[in-house]
Amino acid sequence: MTTSHPQPLIGATEEDVELPVQQMTYAAAIRQVLQEEMRKDERIFLMGEDIGIYGGAFGVTRGLLEEFGEERVRDTPISEQAIAGCAIGAALSGMLPVAEFQFSDFMTLAMDQIVNQGAKLRFMFGGKAKVPVVFRSPLGSGMGFAAQHSQSLEAWFAHIPGLKVVLPSTPADASGLLRSAIHDPNIVIFFEHKAMYNLQGMVPMGDWRIPLGKAEIKREGKHLTIIALSIMVHRALAVAERLAKEGIEAEVIDPRSLRPLDEETLVDSVSKTGRVLIVQEAVLTGGFGGEIAARIAASRAFYYLDAPIMRLGGAEIPMPYQVQLEKRATPQEEDIYQAAQQLLQQKPA
Amino acid sequence: MSEQIPELPLSQLHSMLSTMYLIRAFEEKVDELFMRGEMHGTTHLSIGQEGTAVGAVSTLRSDDYITSTHRGHGHFITKGADISLMMAELLGKETGYCRGRGGSMHIADVEMGHLGANGIVAGGIPIATGVGLSLKMQRTDRVCLCIFGDGATNEGAFHESINMAAIWDLPVIFLCENNHYGMSMSTRRAMRNETIAQRADGYGIPGELIDGNNVLAVYAAISHAVKRARNGQGPSLIESRTYRYKGHAKSDQNLYRSRDEIREWQQRDPIQFFVNYLISEKVLSEEEVKKEAASAYTAIEEAYQFALNSPDPDPKTLLEGVYA
Repeated sequence: MTTSHPQPLIGATEEDVELPVQQMTYAAAIRQVLQEEMRKDERIFLMGEDIGIYGGAFGVTRGLLEEFGEERVRDTPISEQAIAGCAIGAALSGMLPVAEFQFSDFMTLAMDQIVNQGAKLRFMFGGKAKVPVVFRSPLGSGMGFAAQHSQSLEAWFAHIPGLKVVLPSTPADASGLLRSAIHDPNIVIFFEHKAMYNLQGMVPMGDWRIPLGKAEIKREGKHLTIIALSIMVHRALAVAERLAKEGIEAEVIDPRSLRPLDEETLVDSVSKTGRVLIVQEAVLTGGFGGEIAARIAASRAFYYLDAPIMRLGGAEIPMPYQVQLEKRATPQEEDIYQAAQQLLQQKPA
Repeated sequence: MSEQIPELPLSQLHSMLSTMYLIRAFEEKVDELFMRGEMHGTTHLSIGQEGTAVGAVSTLRSDDYITSTHRGHGHFITKGADISLMMAELLGKETGYCRGRGGSMHIADVEMGHLGANGIVAGGIPIATGVGLSLKMQRTDRVCLCIFGDGATNEGAFHESINMAAIWDLPVIFLCENNHYGMSMSTRRAMRNETIAQRADGYGIPGELIDGNNVLAVYAAISHAVKRARNGQGPSLIESRTYRYKGHAKSDQNLYRSRDEIREWQQRDPIQFFVNYLISEKVLSEEEVKKEAASAYTAIEEAYQFALNSPDPDPKTLLEGVYA
């Protein structure tokens, strides 16, 4: 389980964050935050399918049962709606649940609780309730799980006021965003990419937090901006590397959080480069890239555009099983490279 | 059906009757305001079901929780709601329980332990289960009374949640107010079982069928279930048979049931039933009962005046309250 293009130890440096850093995988970074925060606060507990003795379908919670016991590392029956509602009810009455959906596709079985209940309770109750829940779940393709275990449905959730939605692309981001999510008094949907669990990176130790709603410029550049989500950040970085050899400096930005969205960082970048390519794994139609495109088009960046905004996303099909078909269904490095070249060749009218 | 009469202090019997009158007076006023076009949106009246609301919610301590339904005015009033703030909410006023953002279907007071009426049938059942989990993990003896209608028992949320509460012995009392219709669909058409209570067998928890129009029978059965929950013996499922006289909502033309059926249930009105009992047991005189009823209607008029004199929400505050 690695990305198709392993990056050399991406993540924070000690100088950047003024904290000691340590190398670990994306999965280990998540596990470490859960463990550290659970040690500090007894109200935090985990629930989900097979997260105990099994350690989670992707091994993220492995070892936590031994330390915290069955009450706080709580295996549930296969009942997604009850998992969601239970977390919401527990949060309303004083606990800090972190619930796992084994695959984010299964969240469609819990939509009433997440969308109609949890997201809206505070508002419906006149601003008088708190629902501090983290829903963790793996999304994305690349592992041959086919149509019902490979979707990227982040836009569904980003559409709902009352939810926060984050998609970390590195171990350092997973760590810093998860710690912030656990301490946030709202529902945070935390989308992990299942093909990145073994990705290595440097992770700051200690109370490392990344504010929800802050994009990161993963690589600076001036000729074009590539805005990429989740695993696409790595493909965009690889393409930027290749373009650099041709004398083209691409700026790669990871929004990290879709709701709230750091529109300013995106607009600033596009205002500087004049060209923007938005890359998502999710099916293009109705995807969050469309929202990003609209925000840019409606901002001051519009006046700096030297080419139409370009988007890349998943094909308009359910995810196929066969390995080559699966690859073709989502943007690969070559697709991003070609799109970038096309974008660069366009001239203002 | 259990007909056990609990030993209750006179003051409690008295207050149960006044709460039943208060609920009826409140809902009659709401009905009137809708007819007159003074209230917008929709509402669901529980007139005829007061015996279940009062019998059940009266068993709780003030630090216990409830989850309610779209037909939940009676639950909230019994939990201790201020009817002025309720009326203000239904009239969309800033002074309402939810600052006019929720209305009848989402009215709540988390601090009071009322976690909301609910616009989604069965929507409160998973949440109540989570509250039960939380109370158990916090090592308290508090409980959560989870109220839902007969329609909710055919939702997946009912099955998933009761099973979860059962395997974890959670302090939740699942109370089904069976008013015999999910909107227009009768329970006879909606399920093969004779009773909803017998579905408890499927989860390995106690199930009991009670007469929901006998407030004391409801009190007895729910008290027993609450006691079990407080003692760590886990959840129960109680089916309380009752009836709503009014339609499902204001669009209802009552095409799915007969006038005779409605009249028959009105003969077994929960308030009249309780009044007869209190008079025959010499707890109250007819005069006192009349006074009780009259004071409920007076209180509702005062609540209505409070709401009328309250300000509407300021449109400038439109975006408030989404995130903490």
